[in-house]
Amino acid sequence: MIIYGVAILAFCYILGQLIGEFLGKLIGVDANVGGVGFAMLLLIFLSDWLHKKGYFDKSTENGILFWNHMYIPIIVAMSAIQNVKVAVSSGFIAIVAGIVPFVICLLAIPLLAKLSKNTKPD
Amino acid sequence: MEIIVKFLEKNGLVFAFLVVGLIIYLSGIISDKLTRRKIPASAIAILTGLVIAYFGGVYSGGEKGIADIKIFSGFGTLGGSMFRDFAIVSTAMGASFLVLRRTGWVGALSLFLGIVLSFLGGVGVALLWGYRDAVSLTTIGAGACTYIVGPVTGAAIGASSDVIALSIAAGVVKAITVTIGTPFVAKYIGLDNPHTALIYGGLMGTTSGVTAGLAATDPKLVPYGALTATFYTGLGCLACPSILYLLMRLTLGS
Repeated sequence: MIIYGVAILAFCYILGQLIGEFLGKLIGVDANVGGVGFAMLLLIFLSDWLHKKGYFDKSTENGILFWNHMYIPIIVAMSAIQNVKVAVSSGFIAIVAGIVPFVICLLAIPLLAKLSKNTKPD
Repeated sequence: MEIIVKFLEKNGLVFAFLVVGLIIYLSGIISDKLTRRKIPASAIAILTGLVIAYFGGVYSGGEKGIADIKIFSGFGTLGGSMFRDFAIVSTAMGASFLVLRRTGWVGALSLFLGIVLSFLGGVGVALLWGYRDAVSLTTIGAGACTYIVGPVTGAAIGASSDVIALSIAAGVVKAITVTIGTPFVAKYIGLDNPHTALIYGGLMGTTSGVTAGLAATDPKLVPYGALTATFYTGLGCLACPSILYLLMRLTLGS
């Protein structure tokens, strides 16, 4: 049933976000710390476990996949409610802040590839 | 006219579904016809969203982009934190922990290195532009990871909306750069095998950029790059507002 998938997703979301809330309290930042990340890890383990147990049928999975496919549209809506007007006044920084990481990471690739090839025969 | 406006205000979320659908449809056409898929439709749609937010902000004088115009108030719900986080969590599906373990420690190492390097790159640029507070620096650094990590981090540590918008913009620029740049740099970095594609996905992290870029390079490499990239945003959302933010606060002494 499709609602099972949505409910599983909701369970992971709520538990993960709560962990994030408590972790925030614990380290004293008064904010949700990594709640989304915890929820994702929970979902990975839970869906893996349910798959192995055979409780995860196609329509249950579709309940989660629907939201998976909605994520770009939601990000589009999210970008449409940002305070871009103010950000534009410092516009060039966004372009530089987007390109610099790309270049830095490019430089790291040959290094990582060499490192791993030395230890792995394949 | 008044009836229509009132109706759309009352059914804001449903109207937002329709408008976002239209934006993505038009972005697909633009991506196909004007850029020959060099720039993925999702990147164009997100940029369109930012442009709309700009004009919405100018028109209404508010701080919430298009959502400050009454008939588009549904965007506030659809793009709000609840739906956003819910959808992001769902993307963890399809990333099996077992499969990642099989890719070995290099996949994990490339993920951590990718997040830290991108973060530091973003923080460095933000420093150059005169940002000095830990919250803004962390948010922009997180935006340099992906356009998801930026706003999630910014919302978690209480960054201002303009800094969050900046972090999204940086992430979108990165996705576009990776998409366009991948086929051109592939030769020079030896990106012609699954092993390097795994490392590439982990280092770059932006799933839309990596998959589109690898598709333009060699479609066979796509699943390998996507595999590590899927974990990037999750790990970024975990690390940026926690460990990396705390390190920034310690470094800045605030």
